[in-house]
Amino acid sequence: MLTPFAYVRPASLQDAVAALTEGNAHIHAGGTDLLGCLRDEVFGADRLVSLAALGDLAGLRETRDGGLDIGAMTTITDIAAHPLVQRRYPGLAQAAGEVASPQLRNQGTLGGNLCQKPRCWYYRGDFPCLRKGGHKCFAVNGENEYHCIFGGANCFIVHPSDIAPALVSLDAEIETAGPSGGRRLPVSQLHMPPEQDPTRETLLKPGEVIVKVHVPPAPAGLYSSYRKVRTRRSWDFAVAGCALALVMDGDRVRDCRVVLAAAAPIPWRSPETEQVLRGQTLDDAVIRKAAKAAVANARPMTKNAYKIPLFEGMLLEELRKAAQV
Amino acid sequence: MCPRKRKPPVTPPAANPDGWAGFTRRAFIKTWSAGTLTLAVGHNAMSSETAQPDETLAADEPVQLTLDVNGRPHAVLVEPRWTLLHVLREELGLTAAKSGCERGECGACTVLIDDLPRYACLTLALEAEGRRIETAEGLMDGGQLGQVQASFMKEDGLQCGYCTPGQIMAAEGLLRQNPEPTFDEIRRGMSGNLCRCGAYASIFSAVADAATHRKG
Repeated sequence: MLTPFAYVRPASLQDAVAALTEGNAHIHAGGTDLLGCLRDEVFGADRLVSLAALGDLAGLRETRDGGLDIGAMTTITDIAAHPLVQRRYPGLAQAAGEVASPQLRNQGTLGGNLCQKPRCWYYRGDFPCLRKGGHKCFAVNGENEYHCIFGGANCFIVHPSDIAPALVSLDAEIETAGPSGGRRLPVSQLHMPPEQDPTRETLLKPGEVIVKVHVPPAPAGLYSSYRKVRTRRSWDFAVAGCALALVMDGDRVRDCRVVLAAAAPIPWRSPETEQVLRGQTLDDAVIRKAAKAAVANARPMTKNAYKIPLFEGMLLEELRKAAQV
Repeated sequence: MCPRKRKPPVTPPAANPDGWAGFTRRAFIKTWSAGTLTLAVGHNAMSSETAQPDETLAADEPVQLTLDVNGRPHAVLVEPRWTLLHVLREELGLTAAKSGCERGECGACTVLIDDLPRYACLTLALEAEGRRIETAEGLMDGGQLGQVQASFMKEDGLQCGYCTPGQIMAAEGLLRQNPEPTFDEIRRGMSGNLCRCGAYASIFSAVADAATHRKG
Protein backbone atom coordinates (compact mmCIF):
# COMPACT_ATOMS: atom_id res chain seq x y z
CA MET A 1 0.00 0.00 0.00
CA LEU A 2 1.31 3.43 -0.92
CA THR A 3 1.82 6.08 1.75
CA PRO A 4 -1.21 8.43 1.75
CA PHE A 5 -1.17 11.49 -0.50
CA ALA A 6 -3.71 14.10 -1.53
CA TYR A 7 -4.83 14.09 -5.14
CA VAL A 8 -5.53 17.20 -7.16
CA ARG A 9 -7.46 17.39 -10.40
CA PRO A 10 -6.65 20.86 -11.65
CA ALA A 11 -9.18 22.58 -13.86
CA SER A 12 -6.51 24.26 -15.97
CA LEU A 13 -2.80 24.22 -16.65
CA GLN A 14 -2.39 27.36 -14.54
CA ASP A 15 -4.11 25.61 -11.64
CA ALA A 16 -1.80 22.62 -12.09
CA VAL A 17 1.25 24.86 -11.92
CA ALA A 18 -0.12 26.55 -8.80
CA ALA A 19 -0.90 23.21 -7.13
CA LEU A 20 2.62 21.96 -7.87
CA THR A 21 4.29 24.79 -6.02
CA GLU A 22 2.68 23.88 -2.68
CA GLY A 23 4.23 21.30 -0.39
CA ASN A 24 5.92 18.17 -1.70
CA ALA A 25 3.81 17.85 -4.84
CA HIS A 26 4.53 15.62 -7.83
CA ILE A 27 3.04 15.54 -11.30
CA HIS A 28 0.93 12.50 -12.14
CA ALA A 29 1.10 12.08 -15.92
CA GLY A 30 0.85 8.39 -16.88
CA GLY A 31 1.93 7.43 -13.38
CA THR A 32 4.02 4.43 -14.41
CA ASP A 33 7.32 5.72 -13.06
CA LEU A 34 5.74 7.81 -10.29
CA LEU A 35 3.82 4.98 -8.61
CA GLY A 36 6.83 2.66 -8.85
CA CYS A 37 9.00 5.27 -7.12
CA LEU A 38 6.39 5.90 -4.43
CA ARG A 39 6.00 2.17 -3.83
CA ASP A 40 9.74 1.71 -3.48
CA GLU A 41 9.95 4.88 -1.37
CA VAL A 42 12.55 6.38 -3.68
CA PHE A 43 10.87 9.66 -2.79
CA GLY A 44 7.66 10.67 -1.05
CA ALA A 45 4.74 12.87 -2.09
CA ASP A 46 2.24 14.88 -0.06
CA ARG A 47 0.09 15.42 -3.12
CA LEU A 48 -0.19 14.29 -6.70
CA VAL A 49 -1.37 16.71 -9.34
CA SER A 50 -3.02 14.74 -12.12
CA LEU A 51 -2.75 16.10 -15.63
CA ALA A 52 -5.04 13.43 -17.10
CA ALA A 53 -8.12 15.67 -17.15
CA LEU A 54 -6.33 18.40 -19.10
CA GLY A 55 -7.31 16.96 -22.46
CA ASP A 56 -5.51 19.52 -24.60
CA LEU A 57 -2.14 18.24 -23.41
CA ALA A 58 -2.52 15.03 -25.45
CA GLY A 59 -2.28 14.59 -29.20
CA LEU A 60 -0.07 15.15 -32.22
CA ARG A 61 -0.50 18.09 -34.58
CA GLU A 62 1.34 19.13 -37.69
CA THR A 63 2.49 22.72 -37.34
CA ARG A 64 2.38 25.45 -39.96
CA ASP A 65 6.14 25.26 -40.50
CA GLY A 66 5.81 21.58 -41.44
CA GLY A 67 7.03 20.37 -38.07
CA LEU A 68 5.14 18.42 -35.45
CA ASP A 69 3.79 19.35 -32.02
CA ILE A 70 3.36 16.45 -29.61
CA GLY A 71 1.43 17.14 -26.43
CA ALA A 72 3.21 16.14 -23.23
CA MET A 73 0.35 13.81 -22.24
CA THR A 74 0.40 11.90 -25.54
CA THR A 75 0.96 8.22 -24.82
CA ILE A 76 4.06 6.47 -26.10
CA THR A 77 1.80 4.09 -28.05
CA ASP A 78 0.19 7.00 -29.89
CA ILE A 79 3.58 8.44 -30.86
CA ALA A 80 4.89 5.08 -32.11
CA ALA A 81 1.75 4.43 -34.15
CA HIS A 82 1.28 7.88 -35.67
CA PRO A 83 1.59 7.77 -39.49
CA LEU A 84 3.28 11.17 -39.72
CA VAL A 85 5.88 10.19 -37.11
CA GLN A 86 6.50 6.89 -38.90
CA ARG A 87 6.86 8.59 -42.28
CA ARG A 88 8.87 11.70 -41.40
CA TYR A 89 10.71 10.78 -38.23
CA PRO A 90 11.15 7.01 -38.26
CA GLY A 91 13.87 7.33 -35.60
CA LEU A 92 11.31 8.75 -33.19
CA ALA A 93 8.72 6.11 -34.07
CA GLN A 94 11.32 3.37 -33.55
CA ALA A 95 12.42 4.82 -30.21
CA ALA A 96 8.82 5.09 -28.98
CA GLY A 97 8.10 1.54 -30.18
CA GLU A 98 11.07 0.22 -28.22
CA VAL A 99 9.99 1.76 -24.90
CA ALA A 100 9.10 -0.74 -22.17
CA SER A 101 6.12 -3.06 -22.73
CA PRO A 102 2.77 -2.59 -24.55
CA GLN A 103 1.03 -1.95 -21.23
CA LEU A 104 3.52 0.73 -20.21
CA ARG A 105 3.45 2.35 -23.66
CA ASN A 106 -0.36 2.52 -23.43
CA GLN A 107 -0.11 4.42 -20.17
CA GLY A 108 3.23 6.23 -20.17
CA THR A 109 3.38 9.71 -21.63
CA LEU A 110 5.90 11.73 -23.59
CA GLY A 111 6.42 14.23 -20.76
CA GLY A 112 6.78 11.48 -18.21
CA ASN A 113 9.27 9.64 -20.39
CA LEU A 114 11.46 12.75 -20.63
CA CYS A 115 11.27 13.37 -16.86
CA GLN A 116 11.61 9.79 -15.62
CA LYS A 117 13.89 8.86 -12.76
CA PRO A 118 17.02 6.79 -13.37
CA ARG A 119 16.93 3.01 -12.98
CA CYS A 120 20.24 2.75 -11.07
CA TRP A 121 19.70 -0.03 -8.53
CA TYR A 122 21.41 1.93 -5.78
CA TYR A 123 19.15 4.92 -6.42
CA ARG A 124 16.07 2.69 -6.56
CA GLY A 125 17.24 0.56 -3.67
CA ASP A 126 17.84 1.26 -0.01
CA PHE A 127 21.07 3.23 -0.45
CA PRO A 128 21.53 6.84 0.69
CA CYS A 129 23.23 7.77 -2.56
CA LEU A 130 24.31 11.17 -3.84
CA ARG A 131 21.17 11.51 -5.98
CA LYS A 132 19.02 11.07 -2.89
CA GLY A 133 21.00 13.68 -0.95
CA GLY A 134 23.61 11.28 0.43
CA HIS A 135 27.37 11.55 0.23
CA LYS A 136 28.50 9.11 -2.41
CA CYS A 137 27.73 7.11 -5.50
CA PHE A 138 27.63 3.44 -4.52
CA ALA A 139 28.16 2.35 -8.11
CA VAL A 140 31.78 3.53 -8.14
CA ASN A 141 32.98 0.60 -6.05
CA GLY A 142 29.91 -1.52 -6.58
CA GLU A 143 27.91 -3.28 -9.27
CA ASN A 144 28.29 -0.85 -12.13
CA GLU A 145 27.79 -3.00 -15.23
CA TYR A 146 24.78 -0.94 -16.32
CA HIS A 147 26.22 2.46 -15.46
CA CYS A 148 27.69 5.18 -17.63
CA ILE A 149 30.82 5.37 -19.75
CA PHE A 150 30.50 9.11 -20.44
CA GLY A 151 29.70 12.15 -18.33
CA GLY A 152 29.79 10.52 -14.90
CA ALA A 153 31.43 13.18 -12.75
CA ASN A 154 30.03 12.28 -9.34
CA CYS A 155 26.91 10.22 -10.08
CA PHE A 156 27.18 7.47 -12.66
CA ILE A 157 23.61 6.76 -13.76
CA VAL A 158 22.58 6.38 -17.36
CA HIS A 159 19.56 8.28 -18.55
CA PRO A 160 16.87 5.63 -19.11
CA SER A 161 14.86 7.30 -21.89
CA ASP A 162 14.78 5.96 -25.45
CA ILE A 163 12.72 8.88 -26.70
CA ALA A 164 14.94 11.69 -25.39
CA PRO A 165 17.97 10.69 -27.54
CA ALA A 166 15.73 10.48 -30.62
CA LEU A 167 14.31 13.94 -29.90
CA VAL A 168 17.78 15.39 -29.33
CA SER A 169 18.89 13.92 -32.66
CA LEU A 170 15.93 15.66 -34.33
CA ASP A 171 16.75 18.98 -32.63
CA ALA A 172 13.36 19.03 -30.90
CA GLU A 173 12.32 21.62 -28.33
CA ILE A 174 10.09 21.46 -25.30
CA GLU A 175 7.57 24.13 -24.38
CA THR A 176 6.79 24.54 -20.71
CA ALA A 177 4.38 26.36 -18.43
CA GLY A 178 5.56 27.52 -15.04
CA PRO A 179 4.97 29.91 -12.15
CA SER A 180 6.90 32.64 -13.96
CA GLY A 181 5.46 31.89 -17.40
CA GLY A 182 6.43 29.43 -20.08
CA ARG A 183 9.60 28.94 -22.08
CA ARG A 184 11.04 26.95 -24.93
CA LEU A 185 14.10 24.85 -24.39
CA PRO A 186 15.93 22.43 -26.67
CA VAL A 187 15.52 18.83 -25.47
CA SER A 188 19.32 18.73 -25.59
CA GLN A 189 19.34 21.22 -22.69
CA LEU A 190 16.54 19.66 -20.65
CA HIS A 191 18.55 17.13 -18.68
CA MET A 192 20.76 18.02 -15.74
CA PRO A 193 24.42 16.99 -15.89
CA PRO A 194 25.19 15.48 -12.47
CA GLU A 195 28.20 17.73 -11.90
CA GLN A 196 25.75 20.66 -11.89
CA ASP A 197 23.22 18.98 -9.58
CA PRO A 198 23.19 15.22 -8.97
CA THR A 199 19.81 15.35 -7.20
CA ARG A 200 17.78 16.55 -10.20
CA GLU A 201 17.20 14.91 -13.56
CA THR A 202 16.01 17.98 -15.45
CA LEU A 203 16.52 21.72 -15.44
CA LEU A 204 12.77 22.27 -14.96
CA LYS A 205 12.05 24.64 -12.09
CA PRO A 206 9.65 23.79 -9.25
CA GLY A 207 6.13 23.90 -10.64
CA GLU A 208 7.30 23.94 -14.25
CA VAL A 209 5.43 21.51 -16.50
CA ILE A 210 6.29 20.31 -20.00
CA VAL A 211 3.33 21.21 -22.19
CA LYS A 212 4.49 19.91 -25.54
CA VAL A 213 7.43 18.94 -27.67
CA HIS A 214 8.01 20.61 -31.02
CA VAL A 215 9.85 18.57 -33.63
CA PRO A 216 11.16 20.84 -36.40
CA PRO A 217 10.35 20.05 -40.04
CA ALA A 218 12.32 17.16 -41.46
CA PRO A 219 14.96 18.54 -43.85
CA ALA A 220 15.15 17.02 -47.33
CA GLY A 221 17.32 13.92 -47.23
CA LEU A 222 16.75 13.23 -43.52
CA TYR A 223 17.55 9.68 -42.45
CA SER A 224 16.67 8.92 -38.85
CA SER A 225 16.84 5.73 -36.85
CA TYR A 226 16.94 4.42 -33.28
CA ARG A 227 18.59 1.23 -32.14
CA LYS A 228 18.20 -0.27 -28.69
CA VAL A 229 20.21 -3.13 -27.24
CA ARG A 230 18.87 -4.93 -24.17
CA THR A 231 20.22 -7.85 -22.17
CA ARG A 232 17.17 -9.88 -23.22
CA ARG A 233 14.81 -9.85 -26.18
CA SER A 234 11.76 -9.11 -24.09
CA TRP A 235 11.18 -5.66 -22.68
CA ASP A 236 13.88 -3.91 -20.70
CA PHE A 237 15.80 -0.69 -20.43
CA ALA A 238 18.66 -0.17 -22.87
CA VAL A 239 22.20 -1.22 -22.08
CA ALA A 240 23.18 0.69 -25.20
CA GLY A 241 21.30 2.70 -27.76
CA CYS A 242 21.83 5.25 -30.48
CA ALA A 243 19.70 7.76 -32.33
CA LEU A 244 20.90 8.81 -35.77
CA ALA A 245 19.70 11.84 -37.70
CA LEU A 246 21.68 12.15 -40.92
CA VAL A 247 20.87 14.77 -43.53
CA MET A 248 22.02 13.08 -46.72
CA ASP A 249 22.93 14.71 -50.01
CA GLY A 250 23.13 11.64 -52.23
CA ASP A 251 25.60 9.40 -50.41
CA ARG A 252 27.27 12.35 -48.70
CA VAL A 253 26.42 13.34 -45.11
CA ARG A 254 25.59 17.05 -45.28
CA ASP A 255 24.81 17.34 -41.58
CA CYS A 256 24.20 14.94 -38.71
CA ARG A 257 23.39 14.40 -35.09
CA VAL A 258 24.38 11.24 -33.31
CA VAL A 259 23.02 10.72 -29.80
CA LEU A 260 23.88 7.80 -27.55
CA ALA A 261 21.38 6.27 -25.11
CA ALA A 262 22.28 4.44 -21.90
CA ALA A 263 25.79 5.85 -22.25
CA ALA A 264 25.71 8.83 -19.88
CA PRO A 265 23.59 10.49 -17.17
CA ILE A 266 21.96 12.56 -19.92
CA PRO A 267 21.22 11.77 -23.59
CA TRP A 268 24.78 11.89 -24.92
CA ARG A 269 25.46 13.68 -28.15
CA SER A 270 28.64 12.46 -29.77
CA PRO A 271 30.40 15.40 -31.46
CA GLU A 272 33.37 13.10 -32.17
CA THR A 273 31.22 10.84 -34.35
CA GLU A 274 29.44 13.75 -36.00
CA GLN A 275 32.74 15.40 -36.88
CA VAL A 276 33.95 12.28 -38.68
CA LEU A 277 30.70 11.94 -40.63
CA ARG A 278 29.95 15.55 -41.55
CA GLY A 279 30.70 16.32 -45.18
CA GLN A 280 31.89 12.79 -45.89
CA THR A 281 30.65 10.07 -48.22
CA LEU A 282 29.18 7.31 -46.09
CA ASP A 283 31.61 4.58 -47.17
CA ASP A 284 32.89 1.78 -45.00
CA ALA A 285 36.15 3.50 -44.06
CA VAL A 286 34.27 6.57 -42.82
CA ILE A 287 31.76 4.38 -40.99
CA ARG A 288 34.48 2.44 -39.19
CA LYS A 289 36.28 5.64 -38.26
CA ALA A 290 33.03 7.21 -37.01
CA ALA A 291 32.10 4.18 -34.88
CA LYS A 292 35.57 4.19 -33.33
CA ALA A 293 35.38 7.92 -32.66
CA ALA A 294 32.12 7.41 -30.77
CA VAL A 295 33.88 5.51 -27.98
CA ALA A 296 37.36 7.06 -28.18
CA ASN A 297 36.74 9.26 -25.15
CA ALA A 298 34.71 6.75 -23.14
CA ARG A 299 35.70 6.26 -19.51
CA PRO A 300 34.40 2.87 -18.43
CA MET A 301 33.92 1.88 -14.80
CA THR A 302 35.17 -1.36 -13.24
CA LYS A 303 32.46 -3.60 -14.74
CA ASN A 304 31.12 -1.91 -17.85
CA ALA A 305 34.01 -1.84 -20.31
CA TYR A 306 31.95 -4.24 -22.44
CA LYS A 307 29.90 -1.22 -23.44
CA ILE A 308 32.80 0.15 -25.52
CA PRO A 309 32.81 -2.59 -28.19
CA LEU A 310 29.02 -2.77 -27.85
CA PHE A 311 28.53 0.90 -28.75
CA GLU A 312 31.15 0.70 -31.48
CA GLY A 313 29.56 -2.38 -33.03
CA MET A 314 26.08 -0.93 -32.76
CA LEU A 315 27.14 2.26 -34.53
CA LEU A 316 28.88 0.21 -37.25
CA GLU A 317 25.63 -1.68 -37.89
CA GLU A 318 23.42 1.39 -37.75
CA LEU A 319 25.63 3.50 -40.03
CA ARG A 320 25.93 0.62 -42.51
CA LYS A 321 22.14 0.40 -42.59
CA ALA A 322 21.98 4.15 -43.26
CA ALA A 323 24.51 3.80 -46.10
CA GLN A 324 22.36 1.17 -47.82
CA VAL A 325 19.31 3.42 -48.08
CA MET B 1 0.56 -1.75 6.36
CA CYS B 2 -2.22 0.81 6.61
CA PRO B 3 -1.70 2.92 9.73
CA ARG B 4 -5.15 4.45 9.63
CA LYS B 5 -8.44 2.93 10.59
CA ARG B 6 -10.50 1.97 7.56
CA LYS B 7 -13.64 3.98 7.14
CA PRO B 8 -16.91 2.06 7.51
CA PRO B 9 -18.65 1.11 4.29
CA VAL B 10 -21.03 3.76 3.05
CA THR B 11 -24.17 3.39 1.01
CA PRO B 12 -23.50 4.36 -2.61
CA PRO B 13 -24.89 7.74 -3.61
CA ALA B 14 -28.21 8.04 -5.42
CA ALA B 15 -28.08 7.46 -9.14
CA ASN B 16 -27.03 10.37 -11.29
CA PRO B 17 -30.17 11.88 -12.83
CA ASP B 18 -28.30 12.04 -16.13
CA GLY B 19 -27.96 8.26 -16.06
CA TRP B 20 -24.80 6.24 -16.46
CA ALA B 21 -24.30 6.92 -20.12
CA GLY B 22 -24.44 10.65 -19.59
CA PHE B 23 -22.41 10.77 -16.42
CA THR B 24 -19.98 13.57 -15.87
CA ARG B 25 -16.75 13.44 -13.97
CA ARG B 26 -17.87 16.15 -11.63
CA ALA B 27 -21.15 14.47 -10.84
CA PHE B 28 -19.40 11.33 -9.75
CA ILE B 29 -16.40 12.63 -7.88
CA LYS B 30 -17.40 13.97 -4.55
CA THR B 31 -15.40 14.74 -1.52
CA TRP B 32 -16.71 14.79 1.94
CA SER B 33 -15.62 14.03 5.40
CA ALA B 34 -16.53 10.39 5.71
CA GLY B 35 -16.55 10.77 9.47
CA THR B 36 -19.57 13.02 9.52
CA LEU B 37 -23.08 11.80 10.04
CA THR B 38 -24.46 14.01 7.30
CA LEU B 39 -23.10 12.03 4.45
CA ALA B 40 -26.14 12.22 2.20
CA VAL B 41 -26.40 15.95 2.71
CA GLY B 42 -22.72 16.36 2.03
CA HIS B 43 -23.06 14.35 -1.12
CA ASN B 44 -25.91 16.43 -2.44
CA ALA B 45 -24.18 19.66 -1.59
CA MET B 46 -21.00 18.63 -3.38
CA SER B 47 -22.78 17.33 -6.46
CA SER B 48 -24.13 20.75 -7.33
CA GLU B 49 -22.50 22.73 -10.11
CA THR B 50 -21.10 25.16 -7.55
CA ALA B 51 -18.19 22.84 -6.81
CA GLN B 52 -14.69 24.33 -6.91
CA PRO B 53 -13.05 24.19 -10.32
CA ASP B 54 -10.12 22.28 -8.87
CA GLU B 55 -10.85 19.03 -7.11
CA THR B 56 -8.54 18.37 -4.22
CA LEU B 57 -9.06 15.06 -2.54
CA ALA B 58 -7.49 14.90 0.89
CA ALA B 59 -5.08 12.08 1.64
CA ASP B 60 -7.06 10.81 4.62
CA GLU B 61 -10.58 11.10 3.26
CA PRO B 62 -12.03 8.35 1.10
CA VAL B 63 -13.91 9.54 -1.93
CA GLN B 64 -16.93 8.11 -3.67
CA LEU B 65 -16.15 6.88 -7.11
CA THR B 66 -18.00 4.95 -9.78
CA LEU B 67 -15.94 2.61 -11.90
CA ASP B 68 -17.23 1.03 -15.10
CA VAL B 69 -16.01 -2.54 -14.75
CA ASN B 70 -17.04 -5.20 -17.25
CA GLY B 71 -19.89 -3.02 -18.47
CA ARG B 72 -21.41 -2.36 -15.05
CA PRO B 73 -21.08 0.71 -12.84
CA HIS B 74 -19.60 -0.05 -9.43
CA ALA B 75 -19.82 2.56 -6.68
CA VAL B 76 -16.86 2.36 -4.34
CA LEU B 77 -15.23 4.44 -1.67
CA VAL B 78 -11.55 4.80 -2.43
CA GLU B 79 -8.54 6.49 -0.95
CA PRO B 80 -6.48 8.51 -3.43
CA ARG B 81 -3.55 6.13 -2.94
CA TRP B 82 -5.49 2.99 -3.84
CA THR B 83 -4.58 1.36 -7.12
CA LEU B 84 -7.13 -0.01 -9.53
CA LEU B 85 -5.76 -3.49 -8.75
CA HIS B 86 -6.47 -3.03 -5.05
CA VAL B 87 -10.01 -1.82 -5.71
CA LEU B 88 -10.79 -4.61 -8.18
CA ARG B 89 -9.58 -7.34 -5.86
CA GLU B 90 -10.26 -6.07 -2.36
CA GLU B 91 -13.30 -3.84 -2.82
CA LEU B 92 -15.12 -5.41 -5.76
CA GLY B 93 -14.06 -9.02 -5.24
CA LEU B 94 -12.91 -9.38 -8.84
CA THR B 95 -9.81 -11.47 -8.28
CA ALA B 96 -8.84 -12.43 -11.84
CA ALA B 97 -6.27 -9.64 -12.04
CA LYS B 98 -3.38 -10.81 -9.85
CA SER B 99 -0.94 -9.00 -7.67
CA GLY B 100 2.57 -9.96 -8.75
CA CYS B 101 5.46 -7.52 -8.69
CA GLU B 102 3.28 -4.45 -8.01
CA ARG B 103 5.74 -2.33 -10.00
CA GLY B 104 4.70 -2.81 -13.59
CA GLU B 105 7.14 -5.52 -14.54
CA CYS B 106 5.32 -8.85 -14.51
CA GLY B 107 1.92 -8.20 -16.13
CA ALA B 108 -0.14 -10.41 -13.79
CA CYS B 109 -2.44 -7.44 -13.08
CA THR B 110 -3.11 -6.64 -16.76
CA VAL B 111 -6.62 -5.33 -17.44
CA LEU B 112 -8.10 -3.49 -20.41
CA ILE B 113 -8.81 0.20 -20.04
CA ASP B 114 -10.69 1.56 -23.04
CA ASP B 115 -9.66 -1.62 -24.91
CA LEU B 116 -5.92 -1.17 -24.22
CA PRO B 117 -3.94 -3.48 -21.93
CA ARG B 118 -2.58 -1.66 -18.90
CA TYR B 119 -1.11 -2.56 -15.54
CA ALA B 120 -3.75 -2.17 -12.84
CA CYS B 121 -1.00 -2.07 -10.18
CA LEU B 122 0.36 1.19 -11.61
CA THR B 123 -3.03 2.79 -12.22
CA LEU B 124 -4.68 4.76 -9.44
CA ALA B 125 -8.36 3.92 -9.13
CA LEU B 126 -9.07 7.64 -9.43
CA GLU B 127 -7.36 7.72 -12.80
CA ALA B 128 -9.58 4.92 -14.11
CA GLU B 129 -12.79 6.80 -13.42
CA GLY B 130 -14.94 7.37 -16.47
CA ARG B 131 -13.11 4.73 -18.51
CA ARG B 132 -14.09 1.23 -19.57
CA ILE B 133 -12.30 -1.30 -17.39
CA GLU B 134 -12.36 -4.97 -18.33
CA THR B 135 -11.02 -7.94 -16.42
CA ALA B 136 -10.89 -11.62 -17.35
CA GLU B 137 -14.25 -12.06 -15.57
CA GLY B 138 -15.74 -9.78 -18.21
CA LEU B 139 -14.65 -12.00 -21.09
CA MET B 140 -17.08 -14.73 -20.03
CA ASP B 141 -20.13 -15.21 -22.20
CA GLY B 142 -22.58 -16.23 -19.50
CA GLY B 143 -21.20 -19.51 -18.20
CA GLN B 144 -19.09 -20.02 -21.34
CA LEU B 145 -15.43 -19.13 -21.66
CA GLY B 146 -14.56 -16.33 -24.06
CA GLN B 147 -12.53 -17.21 -27.15
CA VAL B 148 -9.15 -16.22 -25.74
CA GLN B 149 -9.84 -18.13 -22.53
CA ALA B 150 -10.95 -21.19 -24.50
CA SER B 151 -7.80 -21.04 -26.64
CA PHE B 152 -5.58 -20.90 -23.55
CA MET B 153 -7.36 -24.05 -22.31
CA LYS B 154 -7.08 -25.79 -25.67
CA GLU B 155 -3.41 -24.95 -26.24
CA ASP B 156 -2.47 -25.52 -22.59
CA GLY B 157 -1.15 -21.96 -22.38
CA LEU B 158 -0.31 -22.18 -18.70
CA GLN B 159 1.20 -24.26 -15.99
CA CYS B 160 0.56 -22.84 -12.51
CA GLY B 161 -1.98 -20.36 -13.90
CA TYR B 162 -1.08 -17.36 -11.77
CA CYS B 163 -0.06 -15.16 -14.71
CA THR B 164 -2.87 -16.48 -16.93
CA PRO B 165 -5.62 -13.86 -16.39
CA GLY B 166 -3.06 -11.15 -17.17
CA GLN B 167 -1.82 -13.06 -20.23
CA ILE B 168 -5.41 -13.47 -21.42
CA MET B 169 -6.16 -9.77 -21.07
CA ALA B 170 -2.93 -8.84 -22.89
CA ALA B 171 -3.95 -11.24 -25.68
CA GLU B 172 -7.50 -9.87 -25.79
CA GLY B 173 -6.14 -6.32 -26.06
CA LEU B 174 -3.67 -7.33 -28.76
CA LEU B 175 -6.35 -9.05 -30.86
CA ARG B 176 -8.73 -6.09 -30.60
CA GLN B 177 -6.01 -3.85 -32.03
CA ASN B 178 -4.61 -6.37 -34.46
CA PRO B 179 -7.01 -9.25 -35.26
CA GLU B 180 -4.49 -11.09 -37.44
CA PRO B 181 -1.10 -10.75 -35.75
CA THR B 182 2.03 -12.39 -37.13
CA PHE B 183 4.05 -14.58 -34.79
CA ASP B 184 6.43 -11.68 -34.17
CA GLU B 185 3.55 -9.35 -33.43
CA ILE B 186 2.21 -11.89 -30.94
CA ARG B 187 5.60 -12.10 -29.22
CA ARG B 188 5.82 -8.33 -29.09
CA GLY B 189 2.22 -7.89 -27.98
CA MET B 190 2.69 -10.39 -25.15
CA SER B 191 6.11 -9.08 -24.09
CA GLY B 192 4.71 -7.21 -21.08
CA ASN B 193 3.65 -10.43 -19.35
CA LEU B 194 6.04 -12.77 -17.61
CA CYS B 195 5.38 -16.47 -17.06
CA ARG B 196 7.73 -17.98 -14.50
CA CYS B 197 6.66 -21.49 -15.50
CA GLY B 198 7.96 -20.68 -18.98
CA ALA B 199 4.82 -21.65 -20.88
CA TYR B 200 5.58 -19.07 -23.56
CA ALA B 201 5.44 -21.41 -26.55
CA SER B 202 1.94 -22.57 -25.59
CA ILE B 203 0.87 -19.03 -24.74
CA PHE B 204 1.87 -17.84 -28.23
CA SER B 205 0.01 -20.83 -29.77
CA ALA B 206 -3.06 -19.94 -27.71
CA VAL B 207 -3.03 -16.36 -28.99
CA ALA B 208 -2.63 -17.58 -32.57
CA ASP B 209 -5.49 -20.05 -32.05
CA ALA B 210 -7.70 -17.32 -30.60
CA ALA B 211 -6.95 -15.08 -33.59
CA THR B 212 -7.98 -17.84 -36.00
CA HIS B 213 -11.24 -18.58 -34.20
CA ARG B 214 -12.24 -14.99 -33.54
CA LYS B 215 -12.24 -14.43 -37.30
CA GLY B 216 -14.83 -17.13 -37.87
